[in-house]
Amino acid sequence: MKIGSWRLTLCSVFGFVILSILIGIPLGSAQSAVPQILNLGNGGEPKDLDPHITTGVPEFHILMNLLEGLVNKDPKTLTPIPGVAEKWKLSKDGKTYTFSLRKNAKWSNGEPVTAQDFIYSWTRLLKAETASEYAYQGFYIKNGKAFNEGKIKDPAQLGIKAIDPYTLEVQLENPTPFFLSLLFHHSLYPVHRATIEKFGSRWTRPENFVGNGAFILSKWEINKVVSVKPNPYYWDKGIIKLTEANFYPIDKHETEEKMFRAKNLHSVDDLPLEKLPLWQKDSSGVFKTHPYLGTYYYWFNCNKAPLNNKKVRQALTLAIDRDRIVKFVTRGGQVPATMFTPPGTGGYQPQARLPKDGSQFAKAKQLLKEAGFPDGKGLPTIEILYNTSDNHKKIAEAIQQMWKETLGIDATLFNQEWKVYLDNQHTKNYMVSRAGWIADYNDPNTFLDMFVTNGGNNHSGYSNATYDQLIEAAKKETNPKKRFAIFQKAEDILLEDLPIMPIYIYSRNYLLSNEVQGWHPNIEDIHPLKYISIATK
Amino acid sequence: MGLTYILKRLLVMIPVFLLVVTLVFFMIRFAPGGPFSSEKKVPAQVLKNLEAKYHMDEPLFQQYLRYLGDLSRFDLGPSFKHSNRTVNEIIAEALPVSMELGLISLFWALLIGISAGGLAALKPNSLYDYIPMSLSIMGICLPTFVVGPVLVLIFGLWLGWLPVAGWNSWQDRVLPSLTLGFAYAAYISRLTRGGFMEIRHQDFIRTARAKGLSEKQILIKHALRGGILPVVSYLGPALAGIITGALVTETIFNIPGLGRFFIESALNRDYTVVMGTSLLYFSLIFLCNFLVDIVYVILDPRVRYE
Repeated sequence: MKIGSWRLTLCSVFGFVILSILIGIPLGSAQSAVPQILNLGNGGEPKDLDPHITTGVPEFHILMNLLEGLVNKDPKTLTPIPGVAEKWKLSKDGKTYTFSLRKNAKWSNGEPVTAQDFIYSWTRLLKAETASEYAYQGFYIKNGKAFNEGKIKDPAQLGIKAIDPYTLEVQLENPTPFFLSLLFHHSLYPVHRATIEKFGSRWTRPENFVGNGAFILSKWEINKVVSVKPNPYYWDKGIIKLTEANFYPIDKHETEEKMFRAKNLHSVDDLPLEKLPLWQKDSSGVFKTHPYLGTYYYWFNCNKAPLNNKKVRQALTLAIDRDRIVKFVTRGGQVPATMFTPPGTGGYQPQARLPKDGSQFAKAKQLLKEAGFPDGKGLPTIEILYNTSDNHKKIAEAIQQMWKETLGIDATLFNQEWKVYLDNQHTKNYMVSRAGWIADYNDPNTFLDMFVTNGGNNHSGYSNATYDQLIEAAKKETNPKKRFAIFQKAEDILLEDLPIMPIYIYSRNYLLSNEVQGWHPNIEDIHPLKYISIATK
Repeated sequence: MGLTYILKRLLVMIPVFLLVVTLVFFMIRFAPGGPFSSEKKVPAQVLKNLEAKYHMDEPLFQQYLRYLGDLSRFDLGPSFKHSNRTVNEIIAEALPVSMELGLISLFWALLIGISAGGLAALKPNSLYDYIPMSLSIMGICLPTFVVGPVLVLIFGLWLGWLPVAGWNSWQDRVLPSLTLGFAYAAYISRLTRGGFMEIRHQDFIRTARAKGLSEKQILIKHALRGGILPVVSYLGPALAGIITGALVTETIFNIPGLGRFFIESALNRDYTVVMGTSLLYFSLIFLCNFLVDIVYVILDPRVRYE
């Protein structure tokens, strides 16, 4: 038996492994040699980079650098600042904008950006064949909705007109105070006509892409990386300091966090929940947390007994301790939702109408009694539907327990895979269903117009004529103060009728390397690359 | 003879392949929700336009025939989710990555597995047996989602020797392939040990020993061929699985391979990608098993083509 030769083989195998690891040392750490390259964790793989097709946040983070709308947003204050438009004028009735386009705005192939480009792009957004899920962002433009629905065939009837190649006149359906802020949304960015007509849906490939943003698309490897480089034709190219930025699609938060710790990434898009307490205690300044324009809530199916009873809905809503949920369950700096619209949305500060904690438990019991279910007797089991996820489950369990303790009622939990859950929510095949709403634009309208009768995103079957009238009135009001007062009235009705149970206001928790300069944490989470640089030591 | 056997096997594949196409096609269609259902309500008109774009407004059976027609031209159609890519392009980008990861992992698995298993078989019931075999039980029990992060923690973060994730340099290949290979090595070592133990007592080994051959010669010339037979038959499904089924390893190390598409597409109801990846998986399993059967004949003189 010659065990010796076997031992030799094994030794050489391990030797090889160790050797290869050792050789790896200098190569593995020879990173960050070029300073102005930014590496970002960017959530999921982008679906597309066509601004009229995409709907997700990862895509938006990339697109806001590849394309530029009429206005930009100040990265600190989020107020509209000149983009392709140098200046603009608003008519007295608040319905006509006249934009003066800068003459030095260019596409990445050197062609000028003109008013015609915006007309082509917005018509494309609204054209039925484009099948844009964000077409409704163009409905504020006169005849936008009618054109999208095929009631008007001629695109010339849309409220967009080129007075000359560098003057664009936009007529709106109603005075829309948030219209300028809307122009930063990717659905209203311009796209390059000749490129799209030449390449069809493949125009967003790096070899074909023509944009007018501060950066151009240089590489896109699926599930691996999207890279951008400065656009040599950009009108404001002097301000750009980065030589390259890489957006990494990373599904797993744990992986992303490890890559950040290994200094492969400058920022982490999201953090694993169990790591939050650790990072919250970190004193190096890389952990960032701030409120976000979104609300986590439950739908009540208003068509289904016993939830068609307003008092039952009120009892359930008052019977949870939101403070305990954010402190002990979500633990990520979320704010208990005592209203529906996140405070500060477009400058609107809604009144707190719901209890933050357990202060109204007695009232909840009383309401349930008035509804005919004293101590929960006779109340059918409440079913809570949520899409499969540990976090949603933990929250649902906490609520189930609170309802049991406060009201003595039983609730069961149902989890369903995402698409099945959506299907059931849209067909109102549920009793109570989890939901979240993230603002499309920074204005209370994005939160409140959801609940109008038969609204596309109103999954509760809720209908209140007064509420509908208020939302309609807010559309026509030009005075911001009066407008917010109308929204407050509408929100009061909403929080009295409660087709929904607000739970918390979202927060953003992420990591950002201290080397990154010009990145300002803000409620909309907008960080244009043109302002960003990497500190040189 | 050999050729007719091979032809027969290939012919059998056609109806099975059609059956798989049909099953997958209809099963995924019957799952609730669709590629266009999203959190925000999609207006009816938009939905209609989207469905028309992907021929989903046609009757289901017509769509099925259309798919078969495209398939016969090796056209797997456009992806629903990744709207500027076709399924062919996605596979062309992701399959080489998966193949590379799979083959390196398999190399580790065979190297570690056969060495450890062989060592254990040579000295059964000694420390040379107990240590590798206990390690292999660990390898079987520890899932990749534990092994992967632990390796990353040690070699990536604490020692800083290797990258924690990504797929660019050769260093990126080390940890994921070890993670994936370790699990397979564990099985292979046990199979090897079993195979060798069984063959040690066969008559032809005794004959060889009686002829006065050295243990080394017996091992290499006679025992090895028969001893690794169980490993060979395991390799077919293992190879197919290691190439397409490395989802966990791919997500832990953020590798742009095929495993992620396999799962994602089902969750997204990306019908064409579901079809494409399933059919590819099926073809791989078939192909690997087929190759294994041929290798089997070469290795084992008792097996003949029928």
